[in-house]
Amino acid sequence: MDTIFSKPDSMKDVPTHYCPGCGHGVVHRLICEVVDELGIRESVIGIAPVGCAVIAYDYWDFDVTETAHGRVPAVATGIKRTHPENIVFGYQGDGDLAAIGTAEIIHAANRRENITIVFVNNSLYGMTGGQMAPTTILKQKTATTPLGRDPKREGFPLKVCELLSVLPGVFYAERVALYNPQNVLKAKKAIRKAFQNQIDGSGFSIVEVLSQCPTYLGLSPKDAVKWVEEDMLKEYPLGVFKG
Amino acid sequence: MKVLMCGNEVLAEASIMAGCRFYAGYPITPQNELPAYMSRRMPEVGGVFIQAESELAAINMVFGASLRGVRAMTSSSSPGISLKQEGISYLAGCELPAVIVNMMRGGPGLGNIAPSQSDYFQATRGGGHGDYRQIVLAPASLQEIVELTMYSFDLADRYRTPVMILGDGILGQMMEPVVLNPESRSSKPGIKKDWILDGCKNRAPRVIKSLFLGEGELERLNQRLQLKYRKIAEEETRSEVLYGDDSTIILVAYGTMSRVSRNVVEGLRKQGKKIGMLRPISLWPFPEKELKILSEKVDKFLVVEMSCGQMVEDVKLGIECKRPVHFYGRSGGGLPTEDEIMRELMTIYSSSLP
Repeated sequence: MDTIFSKPDSMKDVPTHYCPGCGHGVVHRLICEVVDELGIRESVIGIAPVGCAVIAYDYWDFDVTETAHGRVPAVATGIKRTHPENIVFGYQGDGDLAAIGTAEIIHAANRRENITIVFVNNSLYGMTGGQMAPTTILKQKTATTPLGRDPKREGFPLKVCELLSVLPGVFYAERVALYNPQNVLKAKKAIRKAFQNQIDGSGFSIVEVLSQCPTYLGLSPKDAVKWVEEDMLKEYPLGVFKG
Repeated sequence: MKVLMCGNEVLAEASIMAGCRFYAGYPITPQNELPAYMSRRMPEVGGVFIQAESELAAINMVFGASLRGVRAMTSSSSPGISLKQEGISYLAGCELPAVIVNMMRGGPGLGNIAPSQSDYFQATRGGGHGDYRQIVLAPASLQEIVELTMYSFDLADRYRTPVMILGDGILGQMMEPVVLNPESRSSKPGIKKDWILDGCKNRAPRVIKSLFLGEGELERLNQRLQLKYRKIAEEETRSEVLYGDDSTIILVAYGTMSRVSRNVVEGLRKQGKKIGMLRPISLWPFPEKELKILSEKVDKFLVVEMSCGQMVEDVKLGIECKRPVHFYGRSGGGLPTEDEIMRELMTIYSSSLP
């Protein structure tokens, strides 16, 4: 009998700690599938962020380091510059990348670091209890925007792909989502391209993945996915911004 | 062969002799000669120089190079070192080797760009969060910068721990003839690192981390770190004693202040005054044993610092307050002169005569 579907070799066979309906598990798996397909498991070094995905190394079966909050691109720079033969990727959430680590991501991109960044945007801080993220959409209620995000008070949702794509150092920037199987497949294709670019030495690649956090959206997994499709997408259009 | 270079450049070249192949830093006075030298020299030896967007980025780039097994260094001066503290805490928690240079200037806040020794607390008490220690070495001459820089890379690798070289604006900027002799180097870049991340080829995947959520896990890490720190204290404490056997008063000073103090001691010795000196070379671990031995023989101590009094606390702790400990210091760019120290010393000296 032929096996037509199995766990990627790069993924450990363990249950994750993520809440039901969370997008992290899907993105973790897509990365592992890509790592397997490109045959880079033995040269890849992953960088886990501070946030819900901090213990990604419990699920990825290859070399992984943890970093301080937001410093993923700086750590990636130190690894990649000294050993360009390693495939270095950073996995960052919206607080890690778009708030505390804004300087690091902009300057790594602007230096044309030949690295891959997978940016999971779920519109809020999951690990600390559902606070506002830079990417929280207008009117969205969070633990720290109880009346909904008001641009007069909290400013506007930060559009990372749009922001980064104007930098000459960025080779590839695409925004994808996970709200249906077609989009999951598109997300995988984008992640694969972002890794292939690094193998080809093309420069900085980022894939922004719109993800869902049912727990802190206060929605069922099904409704959370629908929220991404109907509400989040209006603020964050999908597509290739560069490359 | 002797060459004439400034302290910052000497430190940079010594690090390259020690096998440092990654440097990241952010400009700040008075250490700018160091990154400028590195930007020219690193490419010549196949290393990497990066001018980072911030001190936070610089220390985390060092974190990345270090976990990949590369000897790595960053440098800054006081306000910039404050920004690096987060990274230093993570280096300690992840047990990664790295060398951090602080050419101290006046503080607090933006302070000024004059030489100072007012980061002693920050350097020796941890600076960043958590139960950790960093080795702190304080050179007093440019030749000693060569020696201690090479030693610091060995220590960092041997103990998998951050090491700080604590100088000041004077040491960084001054020029002295030095011998840069790679033949005599003690540095061993060849220490086997079986913990680095280099891709899991023919081995199980590795993880570098400082998050330990399991019951008792973090306490076990901290206990292990404490054992390591105890070993460092036993084996790597360094100091220099001058006239330790017959002195009634011992001056205690490190780095630049030890140079001024040495002149005072030698001058007074010529006058037959029984004055000696202890110069801590490692500020952490602090030479407590040497102090204790001295406290059995001498009447008093005088601590001299370019600060409002920081190391003086370690001297009191070291001798368990068994002898009077006096302090003379100036800060914010003030430099205790030989005359000032002499005056202070003579006041204390005459009051101890029978």
